[in-house]
Amino acid sequence: MNKYPLWKNLLIALVLLAGVVYALPNLYGDDPSVQVLATRSGKVDASTLDRLEQVLQAQGIELKRAELLADTLLLRFNGTEPQLKAYELVRETLGGNYSVALNLAPATPAWLQMLEAAPMYLGLDLRGGVHFLMQVDMEAAGAQALERYVSDWRTLLRENKVRYLTVATNNGRVEARFRDAAERQQAEALLRKEYRDLLLESLDREGVFLLQGGINEQELREIKKFALQQNITTLRNRVNELGVAEPVIQQQGEERIVVQLPGVQDTARAKDILGATATLEYRLVDEERSVAEAVAGRVPPNSRLYYERNGQPILLQRQVIITGDQIIDAASGIDSQSGGPMVSVTLDGQGARRMDNTTRDNVGKRMAVVFIETKTETKMVNGQPQRSTSRTEEVISVAVIRDRFSKRFQTTGLDSPDEARNLALLLRAGALAAPMEIVEERTVGPSLGAENIAKGFTANIYGFLAIGIFMIIYYRVFGTISVIALSFNAILMVAILSLLQATLTLPGMAGIALTIGMAIDANVLINERIREELRAGNSPHAAIHAGYERAWGTIMDSNITTLIAGFALFWLGSGPVRGFAVVLCIGILTSMFSAVLVSRGIVNLVYGRKARIAKLSI
Amino acid sequence: MELFRFKNDIPFMSWGKVTTTISLLTFIIAVLALGFRGLNLGVDFTGGTVIEVSYAETADLASIRQVLEEKDMSEAAVQNFGTSRDVLIRLPLRPELSTAQLSAQVFDLLKAQDASAELRRVEFVGPQVGQELYENGGLALVVVAIGIMIYLAMRFEWRFAVAAIIANMHDVVIILGVFALLQLEFSLTVLAGVLAVLGYSVNESVVVFDRVRENFRIMRKASVPEVIDNAITRTMSRTIITHFSTQLAVLAMLFFGGEVLHNFAIALTIGILFGIYSSVLVASPIVMWLGISREHLMPVKKDDEGEEEMENLP
Repeated sequence: MNKYPLWKNLLIALVLLAGVVYALPNLYGDDPSVQVLATRSGKVDASTLDRLEQVLQAQGIELKRAELLADTLLLRFNGTEPQLKAYELVRETLGGNYSVALNLAPATPAWLQMLEAAPMYLGLDLRGGVHFLMQVDMEAAGAQALERYVSDWRTLLRENKVRYLTVATNNGRVEARFRDAAERQQAEALLRKEYRDLLLESLDREGVFLLQGGINEQELREIKKFALQQNITTLRNRVNELGVAEPVIQQQGEERIVVQLPGVQDTARAKDILGATATLEYRLVDEERSVAEAVAGRVPPNSRLYYERNGQPILLQRQVIITGDQIIDAASGIDSQSGGPMVSVTLDGQGARRMDNTTRDNVGKRMAVVFIETKTETKMVNGQPQRSTSRTEEVISVAVIRDRFSKRFQTTGLDSPDEARNLALLLRAGALAAPMEIVEERTVGPSLGAENIAKGFTANIYGFLAIGIFMIIYYRVFGTISVIALSFNAILMVAILSLLQATLTLPGMAGIALTIGMAIDANVLINERIREELRAGNSPHAAIHAGYERAWGTIMDSNITTLIAGFALFWLGSGPVRGFAVVLCIGILTSMFSAVLVSRGIVNLVYGRKARIAKLSI
Repeated sequence: MELFRFKNDIPFMSWGKVTTTISLLTFIIAVLALGFRGLNLGVDFTGGTVIEVSYAETADLASIRQVLEEKDMSEAAVQNFGTSRDVLIRLPLRPELSTAQLSAQVFDLLKAQDASAELRRVEFVGPQVGQELYENGGLALVVVAIGIMIYLAMRFEWRFAVAAIIANMHDVVIILGVFALLQLEFSLTVLAGVLAVLGYSVNESVVVFDRVRENFRIMRKASVPEVIDNAITRTMSRTIITHFSTQLAVLAMLFFGGEVLHNFAIALTIGILFGIYSSVLVASPIVMWLGISREHLMPVKKDDEGEEEMENLP
């Protein structure tokens, strides 16, 4: 009666074995390590490893193990001291084309790695690090798209010799003004052919002939999608500059990006690099007019007054040659001719064409790069969030045009490699499509993270011990069986969390403790039922059988309600709370398995072999 | 060992008036506390900045306040957190100073004042995000309540669903009331605790209801209150043992889990204590008053018997 068929016992044993194997990696801890990732022109291969091994050996730093993965190199060390020394050394050796980061790599043995087993993925509140939620300013993205249309219209009309008065933005649309209807008609035909997606509309206002173009819904969606994607790409590059081992950069919703930087301690620097958004403009220097007069207030109509980083005033032409979004890449390096530091810039097709047109006529003249930084802030005004944007403009580089150039060019004559690196970084940063703003930040220092792990672990151990002791005293053999089942429940939970690589947070650890406390409910239900059946005069075997059968329905019902709460939390929760929800759901499922099947299996092994039992220890 | 063994059924249903009065009173006190004092919402919901800083020696709160006041941040709340060396600084959202950069500024000030200052934690939540978390939290509460009701209505009967959800909302309101009364900080984690309690306490009602259904089948001659009394009495032992076990785990969290889990554990503790009470003394009387009778459970009964017979086959 109380015997499982062989296959059922085997199945339970198999599940438990798998549970133990996949929970194992959590016992091995981490190796302090240095992670090398190739960026831009760098390449990580066996020769890189050879070179680094030699350098490390020369300095007497002992390498525990090195792993060469797809495009990353992982160097493991026996302690944080050699790790930090090696970090400095590796950075010096490899130079700027590599992103070098400190990391804690799981020390999972090879045989477990072969089974794809890995330790649980710890959330930022446990390992320390920074979490940012960034919001992309989509209104600005739309406005920028309009600005691009304005300049495109001008170019197109000029190239086709259609005369116009002005082209500008007006109320979310592009607006061109013409002297007469014929010119407008000509322009309309031209624009209609070139830009099929624009919604063109002719208007007459006070004797002026207007042609307005609006961006349609679908294109606007595309623009927003692109703005988000471009921001994500730029953030990736910026994070590479920071040197973070396992960064997470993910889209969340339609206009937000989550950035998680485990292990980053200097949050101010991270914020500076991630938070400020920028664009740039290349302009010609106005060489003919006097700067002094402009400073005195008489700025010539076709020029604008700017200031360099050192405060020096400079007069630039009003017309923009190219803007930041036409830059594809900018990298610092060493000039092969002069041996000095330089920055090389690559432009897209349109930018190249414009640069070619400008430089053709202006060899020998100077060209400046204006860096425009936009900070978006949300402020509370009368209880309502309201956004404001502040803009700072600054000339970051002035260089003489030596030759006609288009797609690729170099800026030389920089003072130091550091300056070159900074300029390249600024240029790349300027390639952002739309400004972003940090709308949420959660930073946890490394010491607090370690403390949180210790606290969560202690709470779990004490909770488990207290429940275990109580169960054994109260239900004796059946209590012991329940506790064994409960330990398997804990192992299975850890195994599943490790397998899914779900993020374990501090509330998640609380969830483990809580589900262990709740999991015992199923065993209590069963044990109480068995006692009741015994009291009603049933034989021990019948009591065990009836106890498990009758309790099953109740266990199902009560767990499903908790599962509903878990799902809702997962759906609507964020960050740490979501971690709690995951643990809650997994814990309920494993507890149903262990409390019913595993404990029954053990009961069967203990009592099932005898045909008659005089008494149950319950 | 057996602590709870009752020879006769305890006449819970006849205490209906007393228990309802107690429930109503606690409920009203909780609602009043919520109304007058309001929840002390954490930065998750209100938006703002929280900075936790740790010092090598006992932190001088007065001088920290002074430094912040000099920099025009007098509305900053400075207090110890856990130990005397840890300081928690809260800054509300401010019209002119509400950027993510604020935390860096504050920490720079503190570091300049005392070099041993170590940044432990920063939480900045913008106004929009705070609003969203608040709305999502409320939505989660509603979704859980409706989900549970639908499940119970399907598995049992609508009267059970209504009774269970009233009993458990009563628990939730009391947890919130205690948080309002003691002005404990209500954070996202605490909300997760409240929702877990909601799912968990319904267990309790489910176990009793399961027995009620079974009793209707077995105790053919008994009256409705007798059936319910018997169901509660016979599940009493399990109720107390289970809650006691869960409470052990929660106590471990309360004492060893640190500051972050402290309020979470408090929410669970209140939830567990009131969960026992409400599922027995609130949910069951409501089911009775809603007019539950044997006939309401007839269709379910048929199904169950069918299943049982199948499973009993050797």
